[in-house]
Amino acid sequence: MTGTGIIEAEDLRKTFGSISAVDGIRFSVRKGEVFGFLGPNGAGKTTTMKMIACVSPRTGGSLSILGMDPDTDPAGIKQRLGVVPQETNLDPDFTCYGNLFTYARYFDIPAEDAHTRAEALLEFVQLSEKRDVTVEKLSGGMKRRLILARALVNSPDLLILDEPTIGLDPQARHLIWEKLKALQAQGNTIVMTTHYLDEAYRLCDRLVIMDNGKILVEGTPAELVKEHVGHEIVEVEKSPEVLACLTGLQIPFEVTGDTILVATESSRDIARLLLDRCRPEKVLTRPATLEDVFLKLTGRNLRE
Amino acid sequence: MAHLFSIPPVTRRAWKVWHRNLTVFTRTWQVNFFPPLVEALLYLFAIGLGIGSYIKEIGGIPYVNFIAPAILAIAVMNSAFFECTYGSYVRMYYQKSFDAMIATPLSIEDVIAGELLWGATRSVIYVVIMLPVLAVFGVISLPLSLLAIPFAFLGGLMFAGIAMCFTAISPGIDTLNYPSFLFITPMSLFSGTFFPITLLPILLQYFALALLPLTHLVAIMRMITLPSLSGTILLHMGWIVIITTVFCIVSINLMRRRLIV
Repeated sequence: MTGTGIIEAEDLRKTFGSISAVDGIRFSVRKGEVFGFLGPNGAGKTTTMKMIACVSPRTGGSLSILGMDPDTDPAGIKQRLGVVPQETNLDPDFTCYGNLFTYARYFDIPAEDAHTRAEALLEFVQLSEKRDVTVEKLSGGMKRRLILARALVNSPDLLILDEPTIGLDPQARHLIWEKLKALQAQGNTIVMTTHYLDEAYRLCDRLVIMDNGKILVEGTPAELVKEHVGHEIVEVEKSPEVLACLTGLQIPFEVTGDTILVATESSRDIARLLLDRCRPEKVLTRPATLEDVFLKLTGRNLRE
Repeated sequence: MAHLFSIPPVTRRAWKVWHRNLTVFTRTWQVNFFPPLVEALLYLFAIGLGIGSYIKEIGGIPYVNFIAPAILAIAVMNSAFFECTYGSYVRMYYQKSFDAMIATPLSIEDVIAGELLWGATRSVIYVVIMLPVLAVFGVISLPLSLLAIPFAFLGGLMFAGIAMCFTAISPGIDTLNYPSFLFITPMSLFSGTFFPITLLPILLQYFALALLPLTHLVAIMRMITLPSLSGTILLHMGWIVIITTVFCIVSINLMRRRLIV
């Protein structure tokens, strides 16, 4: 392997029996960037995260994290990783402070140091008031914040976040975003998965969209939107007349449920054309988003 | 199959898991220190003095003195076994503590080894609390009975290893009830605990010696508390060391198979 990135993956594979969860993916994460993995459920994101976190051995291909191989030096890698798992696994036998302090011990951090860091991190995630509260008494948002603090306890060189804001209300999500942006500004390298495309758009410098264990596209959020959808979207209520009209005008469109979507460089022109020629019920113009790219590439079928 | 018996790469980090459990234990020490005291007293009064007033003595030994080492051995078995079945299962499955730990430099082998060491430590703590009670009642000899403490660790590690194998293959927490009442409960009755093993039919005696780990621990404890030391203590120790080694190794490998996919 020749790459110099924080993570270098080449033809990375993971199979469970006859199922290919990750089917030969290649990516490289550079120092200081926020790199996102997007994809529907079962796309292979979490499996990829687990291979990076050295808790699930790969089936094939090569993987290098911080210049080390997870197969031969897992402890060396994990010493420098911070992991926010999808599932909340805080230790219910301890308080907020106790969780951070105990976790620091797993990294061989001396007690005095562990104490200082635990206090500073509680401050950072705004949980100092809850210092001596057992984790069961925390709200969902507080638990996620504490997990983020726990992931930072060893001052990691690489942060792995598997759906860091899953199940949170907008306030709690914004607070997590704020903290992640602060970490990003400090030059941390972050790899994350998310189902929230606005989150990915805000936070990620680069991202990949995965489906069925493969990477479909890679790029910056803005590039991907521009390349795969265009600048703007015109939404029109579906009716036979409008459909016929669009076909007649030879304008490419996509139908989802009751809505017709037209991707365009100039929504004004298309909207005007539609209003003049097709007499639609309702017309809405909006900027194209990552969600449009996502749905275009991975389809609209519901996943398990 | 072969790699079930391969030596797992356990490091010193296992003690960090042990330390974590110790911290939780000592935080609630009032709750944890009470049961051994009560249990010792219950056995002494109910079986020792109750049944003992009819039986008086077995083979020239006062009945209470006969069962005192069994009380210790059963305590060793129960504390390690239940810690590494229900206790470990809760930490593994419900609290996801093992998942959190293996995201740090700890490996799954370290985590399970730490759990086993902790199970054995529970046995030691239990015995350390029970010994003074038994000593006050004058049913054990001193200072030789202090050897019960290191033997509690060895015996505890054996039952921890056996327990962890069940934990590793148990589909749910409820199925852990099977080893508890099909293995542990009968064993606490038929291992030379409350009556000499020689009262059993000869085939059952062989069965107990070959397959019931508690038999060997009771025999050792009895030799040091009566005391009635003999060379056979080495045979019992040898049996326990072999079984402990095998089950601890297999349990770690089974757990790896269960948790690392």
